[in-house]
Amino acid sequence: MTAIAASSVPREMDAGDVPLSQRGPASPEIVVRFGFWLFLLSDIVIFAALFAAYAVLSKETAGGPSGAQLFDRTHTLIETGCLLASSFTCGMMSLAVERLQKMAIYLWAGVTFALGLAFVLMEIFEFSRMVAEGAGPTHSAFLSAFFTLVGTHGLHVTIGLCWLVVMAAQVGTLGLRPMVMRRLLCFGLFWHALDIVWIGVFTIVYLGAG
Amino acid sequence: MEEQDTTPQGRAPGRHRDGSRSAKTYLIGLALAAILTLASFWAAQSGLVYGPAVPILLAALAVGQMGVHLVFFLHISSGPEDTNNILALAFGVFVVGLVVFGSMLIMANLNANMMPATPAMQMQP
Repeated sequence: MTAIAASSVPREMDAGDVPLSQRGPASPEIVVRFGFWLFLLSDIVIFAALFAAYAVLSKETAGGPSGAQLFDRTHTLIETGCLLASSFTCGMMSLAVERLQKMAIYLWAGVTFALGLAFVLMEIFEFSRMVAEGAGPTHSAFLSAFFTLVGTHGLHVTIGLCWLVVMAAQVGTLGLRPMVMRRLLCFGLFWHALDIVWIGVFTIVYLGAG
Repeated sequence: MEEQDTTPQGRAPGRHRDGSRSAKTYLIGLALAAILTLASFWAAQSGLVYGPAVPILLAALAVGQMGVHLVFFLHISSGPEDTNNILALAFGVFVVGLVVFGSMLIMANLNANMMPATPAMQMQP
């Protein structure tokens, strides 16, 4: 409905001359991405609840190991580097989308996927090491909160990786039509937002534990 | 795509203002974020920073890095075409602040009002 209405809005009108109430609906480009922006903010509110739980429970180790004993900062630094680099390559991918360069999209999507996969695998390795040491999520309130918070973030990254594969397939089968481009740019927003959440995770969980 | 940058309804989040220079924008963002990340890890383990100040320094570096991500990766600006995005972001930050600091305040208060544990209570499983 917005697509038809938006095309009837004369483009030469200056925004300053037209009252807000008479400007008509925005283009699908703006509506879709603003809606996705709202979704991302609500997703960050979910993470805020998990951060609050972690902040309250982080000292309740029930006689078990504390964060300072469990976490390896070098491991976290490499994880952070992977996610930051993948955020950059994802940005390069959205540039390629706007310039309609298919091969560049595949290239940057592949690099983003590899870096995201490295992040997820490192996190799985860390979790399995902790569980093997007897510091699983059932051990203490601190560890329950830790696995919920970091695990939810890892789950988001995993879902993002699945989304990236689907988008690469859609670029191949459907081509760069406006719908596919909107989805690719939404994926970029999602991926950058996950990196913002990770800043909170490594600061509060891994560095705050020292 | 470029002419959509100035639609009367505003700008979508993540929309680049200048197509030719945005690769440079991502590079600047990557460099700043990398510096801030390394500074956080350095501040946490080198003993050079005054101990009680470390959490505050870490919080400042984290907020700074989130700002870098918002500006250089998500392209959120303070311009008039970004009003909707900024308003939504401000509301999100408000709710996040309420949830996190509200929970910590209430739980710390409840904790302070708890009866001190007697040895007999601690014996219970």
